[in-house]
Amino acid sequence: MANGSGRPLSPHLQVYKLPLTAILSITHRITGVGLAVGTLLLTWWLVAAAVSPEAFARAQGFIGSGFGLLLMFGWSAALYYHLCNGIRHLVWDAGKSFELSDADRNNRIVLGAAAALTVLTWIVGLAVW
Amino acid sequence: MASNTSDLRSPLARARGLGSAKDGTEHWWGQRLSAMALVPLTIWFVFGVIRHLGADYTAFHAWMKSPFSAVMMILTAVVTFHHAHAGLQVVIEDYVHVEWQKLALLIAVKFLSFALAAACVLAVAKIFIGA
Repeated sequence: MANGSGRPLSPHLQVYKLPLTAILSITHRITGVGLAVGTLLLTWWLVAAAVSPEAFARAQGFIGSGFGLLLMFGWSAALYYHLCNGIRHLVWDAGKSFELSDADRNNRIVLGAAAALTVLTWIVGLAVW
Repeated sequence: MASNTSDLRSPLARARGLGSAKDGTEHWWGQRLSAMALVPLTIWFVFGVIRHLGADYTAFHAWMKSPFSAVMMILTAVVTFHHAHAGLQVVIEDYVHVEWQKLALLIAVKFLSFALAAACVLAVAKIFIGA
């Protein structure tokens, strides 16, 4: 060992390849912060609806624009990821699913469910729009 | 419980269930409770947004004139801001280590969360009442 103690070193984040479980863990925080920023749009949307038809049309117009739809796609994916992984956190909080095999399986369930829900939402959304 | 010799707390301290920090696990529990509440609220919100994509002012107002929808929207906003604030607080505490910057960010995030939540509630209430 580099420190000469023979004891294991903690991973050096710049050279250590994070396992999927670790990537999904930090992604939970990143999506959480992103969703918090998204509350600004939620507030704009609701306040605009309370102000005037013109203000609401501006907000709806922004959401329906190319940039707005890109943001909405990002937020919907982040929302579903944070929702699915959040349920996984609640399962952990209940003291379950701590085995490595559980983690590997739940990685796939969370990613699959978040992707499926995002795609499904956009198919339905674009169909009714 | 008296047989637990490794626990040095007095019976009263054990009954109160608070550690040396005195506020116990309120923050942690609040974050989990709001997470649980947000599962159904988020599903309702997503369905509602899909049904009102590109909706005009009149259609949106008709939606928020329903007591159920107005209550759900207010709950969604308030619980979302509570949960977002709890999460951002933990992120700031974990990554910002300069004391004044940490304090400034914590205060700013708290003030902003309350302000935005109040704006959302007032907006829904105004549409519901029709003022």
